[in-house]
Amino acid sequence: MEATAATPDSLESSSRLWSWITTTDHKRIGILYGATAFVFLLIGGLEAMLIRWQLMKPDNDFVSAETFNELFTMHGTTMIFLALMPLSAAFFNFIIPLQIGARDVAFPRLNAFSYWVFLLGGLFLNASFLFGAAPDAGWFGYANLTSIQYSPGVNIDFWAMGLQILGIASLAAAFNFIATIINMRAPGMKLMRMPVFTWMAFITQFIIVTAFPVITVALVFLMFDRMFGANFYNPNAGGDLLLWQHLFWLFGHPEVYILILPTMGMVSEILPTFSRKPLFGYPVIVYSGILIGTIGWGVWSHHMFASGMGAAADTYFGAASMLIAIPTGVKIFNWIATMWGGKIRFTTPMLFSIAFIMLFTIGGISGVMHASPPTDLQQTDTYFVVAHLHYVLFGGAFMGIFGAIYYWWPKVFGRLLNERLGKLHFWLAFIGLNVTFFPMHLIGMLGMPRRVYTYSAELGVGGMNLAATIGALTLGFSTLVLVYNIWHTAAKGEKAGKNPWGAATLEWAMSSPPPVYNFSVIPEVTSRLPLWTVGGMNEIPDVPPEPIHVPGGSYWPVLAALGLVGFFTGALMHSLWVALAAAAVLVVSVFKWAFEPFEM
Amino acid sequence: MNLDRRSFRRANQLAVLASAALLLGLAGCQGPFPQSTFSATTELGEDLSGLFWMIFWWGVAVFAVVQVGLIYVMIRFRARPDQPDPAPIHGHTALEIAWTLAPAMIIVFIAVPTIQVIWKEAGTDTANALQVQVIGHQWWWEYRYPEYGIVTANDLHLPQGRPVELQLTSADVIHSFWLPRLAGKRDMILGRTNRLVFTPDSVGEFWGQCAEYCGTSHANMRFRAFVHTAADFDSWVAEQTSAPAAAETLNDLERRGLAAYREVRTPASNSCIACHAIQGISAGVLGPDLNHMGSRSTVAGGTLENTADNLAAWLRDPAAVKPGSLMPNTGLTESEIAGLVAYLHSLR
Amino acid sequence: MSTAAIGHYTSTGQDTRKIAFWTFIGSECMLFGTLIATYLSYEGKSVVGPTPQEILNIPLTSVSTFVLLMSSLAMVLALAAVMRGDTRYSKVWLATTAVLGAVFLVFQAFEFTQFVDEGLKISTNLFGSTFFVLTGCHGLHVLVGVIWLATLLIMSARGKLGPEKAMNVEIAGLYWHFVDVVWIVIFTVVYLIQRGPAA
Repeated sequence: MEATAATPDSLESSSRLWSWITTTDHKRIGILYGATAFVFLLIGGLEAMLIRWQLMKPDNDFVSAETFNELFTMHGTTMIFLALMPLSAAFFNFIIPLQIGARDVAFPRLNAFSYWVFLLGGLFLNASFLFGAAPDAGWFGYANLTSIQYSPGVNIDFWAMGLQILGIASLAAAFNFIATIINMRAPGMKLMRMPVFTWMAFITQFIIVTAFPVITVALVFLMFDRMFGANFYNPNAGGDLLLWQHLFWLFGHPEVYILILPTMGMVSEILPTFSRKPLFGYPVIVYSGILIGTIGWGVWSHHMFASGMGAAADTYFGAASMLIAIPTGVKIFNWIATMWGGKIRFTTPMLFSIAFIMLFTIGGISGVMHASPPTDLQQTDTYFVVAHLHYVLFGGAFMGIFGAIYYWWPKVFGRLLNERLGKLHFWLAFIGLNVTFFPMHLIGMLGMPRRVYTYSAELGVGGMNLAATIGALTLGFSTLVLVYNIWHTAAKGEKAGKNPWGAATLEWAMSSPPPVYNFSVIPEVTSRLPLWTVGGMNEIPDVPPEPIHVPGGSYWPVLAALGLVGFFTGALMHSLWVALAAAAVLVVSVFKWAFEPFEM
Repeated sequence: MNLDRRSFRRANQLAVLASAALLLGLAGCQGPFPQSTFSATTELGEDLSGLFWMIFWWGVAVFAVVQVGLIYVMIRFRARPDQPDPAPIHGHTALEIAWTLAPAMIIVFIAVPTIQVIWKEAGTDTANALQVQVIGHQWWWEYRYPEYGIVTANDLHLPQGRPVELQLTSADVIHSFWLPRLAGKRDMILGRTNRLVFTPDSVGEFWGQCAEYCGTSHANMRFRAFVHTAADFDSWVAEQTSAPAAAETLNDLERRGLAAYREVRTPASNSCIACHAIQGISAGVLGPDLNHMGSRSTVAGGTLENTADNLAAWLRDPAAVKPGSLMPNTGLTESEIAGLVAYLHSLR
Repeated sequence: MSTAAIGHYTSTGQDTRKIAFWTFIGSECMLFGTLIATYLSYEGKSVVGPTPQEILNIPLTSVSTFVLLMSSLAMVLALAAVMRGDTRYSKVWLATTAVLGAVFLVFQAFEFTQFVDEGLKISTNLFGSTFFVLTGCHGLHVLVGVIWLATLLIMSARGKLGPEKAMNVEIAGLYWHFVDVVWIVIFTVVYLIQRGPAA
């Protein structure tokens, strides 16, 4: 396919279904990631609503114990693996190549493969509901509750294999983005000139590459225990149940930074734009991101202070965990300093980003509280922890991502989301989440453990739980406002020019939505803020001076993804034939993929 | 230091309870909060909450600095019409070093007392301690007092003023023993034994609950702890170590219950004697020991008061009371249930 | 794709596939690192036999280890032959590498069946679980490598593996050497340094 001036933007070029299925365009894949993850966000949110409805009052019987346990397990798993991570991935896909001045990611078909594996993995996990066997052992599925003895149904198989599939998608994407960022940067785009969003994404990919293999192995052990009678998590054979906890949190704690670092990057793009000031202390923000990613590897056992590891381990993991507060604090102060002396415009993305700083600070402070092992002995596994993690992941990660949605929407779709609806969304979400999650601190300290489907009126936390439920409904409603805004904007949204916010980075240098080939000529930058610097970059004409070759699509990544997920489906059904047939599809697809002529 | 800390702690509690009052008032909540971590009654509990308040106040300070800074910046530097673009300031080394050192200092202030408490707790002397083996089951608690040969369930009885060493383990999945007003929590893990050492200071009833998700009825795995004066504890021990009443002393109703208890049902796993132990009658180990069932405060994993009606409801259909209950519906008749309730309540 | 890559500007001057592949090897290190760490932490903790001391056949495995080591040598020679455009020796050394890899797999299959006959299965004890999953995972990697090498051999036989495709062979070589090095670690940890049950 030859793209010239006659080829319009990436959305319109061909909108037939087949072209979306076979697409290898990073922008389209980004949109697919975003749309899919948003649907999963709504599903996970609905699960949260049901959870809150059940806990609205003491001794409620809205759902059964079994259903409640499935709901909170799937809520956590969905929000982490099917909503937050892929929403970040949507921005990685769309924005990173534009920010570094590349035509696409390094491996467009691998990118498509990642998406399809993610989609099918998400469907696989949620298909468990259709069989009345949704996972029900919590999102960190502690052994030996997950053993065949205590969980004889296929619930845990769905969970373990679903996570395995999603891990493959994340790993494939991580190899791709690392290669892209290392090798596909435009001339002059030195590492220390990269936008901070790309930087944080870059660090995130390294965490994925090192953390996911650990959970992969832990899940392989679990599946071998369940399917072949292995003894990894069998205390009666001498196994140690803490093995799972160590392996899980070796992955699980870095996973927290996989969720939060990209959002820190997004906020670091939005704050300078709307303060009309460069990011304060760019190198320090980058290095503190690297530091957070690195220390994040040495603190996993702070999730296990109640498991009785001994005083020496408690001392080390407590102190190491507290250290993370330092680079995090530095970032917060640098963000405030970015706004200091600026010319602040309170647009919707800016409001979400400021709220991110406020709310993430609360989550960080409660984090230091349970970094202290003795304090944690009262807090762990209570609603205090639920409050903490939601301040970090909703007040932090999701608020940042909402900001990013409003910020980059005009670049992706060429129309600005409605600001009035955006501000309504913001205020409802901001109030709703505080009403939901702030009382949970107190609910936990007053003695309510997490993951209970019912609680006694005598605990005295009924009223606060009702408040939390009202807050959650507000939060749910705020998300519907966003849905309406999207629908409204599609029809009546104000057209965005190249750079509606007056931002400084490369992605704002071409028309919105971007043409299929991204840049009509290869950009050359001389500055960290090319659009704010005189002579910061070369001129990017609207019409390419010469035809640009754009790779066509491929359906082999889709087939390979189907083969991979089919293999796990066969394993789930204990059907060797299904597994072998699917493996054959996978192998054939990979070979066809490898030998397919695909110029880029 | 201890005294200072205590008075400091009281001031803390007042201040925070006052600020929490708004929230509480709004939500219409009332005490006495039987599982509150704010009202510790042991030295261990006070150490834990002392640390909490110390970090809490640092947190309030940090929070205030950040929010005041943000709000000031938002008001002072909002865009005004015709304002020129601000100067592109990229950083300020001295400032950045300052706000790297500030959190580092706070971390030191938090870490040092934290580590002191960790090692203090680890070094507690257990030579004189009353040892109680606590075993978690899906979804109830078993207590064994090797010193007295007592085996009981769900109600934990402790003497005032004597150190207690709880030896925590599990018979199945991972549970977590959480007794907020006395001791914080520790996980109970099959194949491991964890310890929790503390000295109960105050006589009274304290509530606890399993804190580690352990399957369907995790929410229904609760217990109560009773701290007695030394004399009361001795009489409790005497009661628990006494032999059950002889069959001849039972009334007709109770005798009918005993017969139902003894009956071998089909399948055999539906028989009471398959899982439960009563001295001289049965020696099952899967369910709670019933030797002094009548003296317990609760039934069904600490979820219901041990009244005749509640016990009857439990016997009628255990899973309706405690979802997923491992005690099956044994198909007892109403007359058998009435007899069993009377019999079990006679075991004091 | 490789020809196009040469024509493209890259930030480092390195082949993008090679960079991605090194990242992949990084994650493979974590994978095997976790497996080996688990093996070590469970070593000597089995409550029933057979134990490693009773069952591991060091002489036999030394031979298969030697075979795998030699295959790495053949791999180096294969890459050199492809780079200098020597189609004859490309085929010879690629075939040698693949065959040596396959021989290693035959040894492993023999070893596994032998162990099962002697009463060590994956469900027997902790040693069985950790041993089979660790060495089985490595065997699976060897199998993928053999298929990969066979594919390159067919390409070479069809005259489609000229020096311009040397990067394809270099990356396969990276993989093969990595799998080889992992085996050296496994052989040392599992076979050579055996620690008995804690006394």
